[in-house]
Amino acid sequence: MLDTRYRVEIPGGIYLEAQVVGPIPRCFAFAIDLVIRAVFMFVLSLVSLPFGISGVGGGFLLIGLFALEWLYPVAFEVFWRGQTPGKRILGIAVINDDLTPVTLGTSMVRNLLRTVDFLPLFYLAGLVTMLSNRRFQRLGDLAAGTLVISLRESARAAPVRDVEPLAPSTPLLRTEQISIIEFLQRSPQLSAPRQRELAAILEGITHDSGDDGVGQLHRIGAWFLGLR
Amino acid sequence: MKQHSFEAQHEATWARIEESLTQPSRYRNSQVLSEHYLLLCQHLAIAKERLYDTALVDRLNNLVLALYRELYRYRSETRLNLFAFFRRDFPLSIYRHRYFILVALLVFVLPGLAAGTWAYFEEDAIYSLIDARQVGQIERMYDPEARVLGREREADTDIYMFGFYIKNNIGIAFRCFAGGMLLGIGTLLVLLFNGMFIGGIAGHLTRLDYVDTFYPFVVGHGSFELTAIVFSGAAGLKLGYALVNPGPFSRLDSLRLAGREVVPMIYGIVLMLLVAAFLEAFWSSSTLISSGTKYGVGAGLWALVLLYCFSGRRHEPG
Repeated sequence: MLDTRYRVEIPGGIYLEAQVVGPIPRCFAFAIDLVIRAVFMFVLSLVSLPFGISGVGGGFLLIGLFALEWLYPVAFEVFWRGQTPGKRILGIAVINDDLTPVTLGTSMVRNLLRTVDFLPLFYLAGLVTMLSNRRFQRLGDLAAGTLVISLRESARAAPVRDVEPLAPSTPLLRTEQISIIEFLQRSPQLSAPRQRELAAILEGITHDSGDDGVGQLHRIGAWFLGLR
Repeated sequence: MKQHSFEAQHEATWARIEESLTQPSRYRNSQVLSEHYLLLCQHLAIAKERLYDTALVDRLNNLVLALYRELYRYRSETRLNLFAFFRRDFPLSIYRHRYFILVALLVFVLPGLAAGTWAYFEEDAIYSLIDARQVGQIERMYDPEARVLGREREADTDIYMFGFYIKNNIGIAFRCFAGGMLLGIGTLLVLLFNGMFIGGIAGHLTRLDYVDTFYPFVVGHGSFELTAIVFSGAAGLKLGYALVNPGPFSRLDSLRLAGREVVPMIYGIVLMLLVAAFLEAFWSSSTLISSGTKYGVGAGLWALVLLYCFSGRRHEPG
């Protein structure tokens, strides 16, 4: 089963979950960072070239290239809590696999190993590795023990209003109750025919069909939510 | 308790924490955060235990995650203690990686000696190792005739070379380390080729009797640079070995452990290569300093580096 949830037990005695991020947003983040680095490089060459390409200017240019290649991701990940500008725009962050913020050591390892992820060309090795493990880790992530998670919150369900609660005619398991509650909460995102289709499965409980069945389910859901 | 009453009871607290998390981090009070962290852990546990719906569980989960990331922000590893690093961590790490260093050293030096001997005794040997254009360039660089005619390089050229050495030499060392992920084979190849390249050049230039220009140039920064390349080879081999022979761990865990253990080596390698690039650009290349001085200082630097490398054992606990 494709499940992007990553669970880890933390001090506090609970399991914490995070959504790991796949290759597509990471590619976008990388592309944004690439553009930012290109702009930096352009500005740097404008400033330094008047000092001579084979002299001071060229020297600073080469140091700049080195810094943008190796230092840029590490510095941002360590001081910006796991986010380069590209990752921040995409709402994703690098994190240690115990969900603590990435440290200098782990960030360096994962970024130095970019070289092998790049092989044989255009991050093919990294992509293949990412797609062959459940946490979408590239080679550098595997060695450093880091992963990339999403910081975006899933859309919060709108509060339920104007639904008259109704006790169900038969006792239901808690898991069944949850399904009905979630049916109620997601109903704004579901089309009316789809709702009727889903409600039809539970005609045994609602003793109603069509829109009346849907309405009954909403009312039972409100009752389970504790709206009384 | 039904979910609705639970939410009604705690909504104000959650909203307040969410609000405070949007503020810049320097205004946050870590004590308040840690108290809230424990409270929210409890709320999350309750919500999960009572099977409240996923929207609520997700919201609490994200809150706890945000607080957790906040609380564990400042960790001792992030604040690199440079003094303790030089005094203890780096030498100790060198000591613990001694077998990998030995293997890297042999793979680097033996082919280098072979290539050097070959290039010294046979005139055309160098052209089998390195392409002719590059050989010509290097010959011109160390030609004693040119030195007599030439003058002291201007300082701005030194800065250019500093940039050049940083970009290239540190890049080579990084690739040498990264090659370890290819079961160590990449690392071995980088060590082998660089050893043969350096050895071949040395043999060839000795044959041409460019001794007085070549050796004084390389002796100083070589101490830091060659050692750092061997260290990066050792770090790469460590990763490769963790994959090939994981011992009692899964291959993945073994790799991760190795990745954590090589971190002090990486810090050390970067710092050594920066020193090497500085020496190479501003000291080794200077024609104002006599060869004798360069040999003397070079010997001193080698002694310093080697002594330092062997100083780690006493820090090993137990």
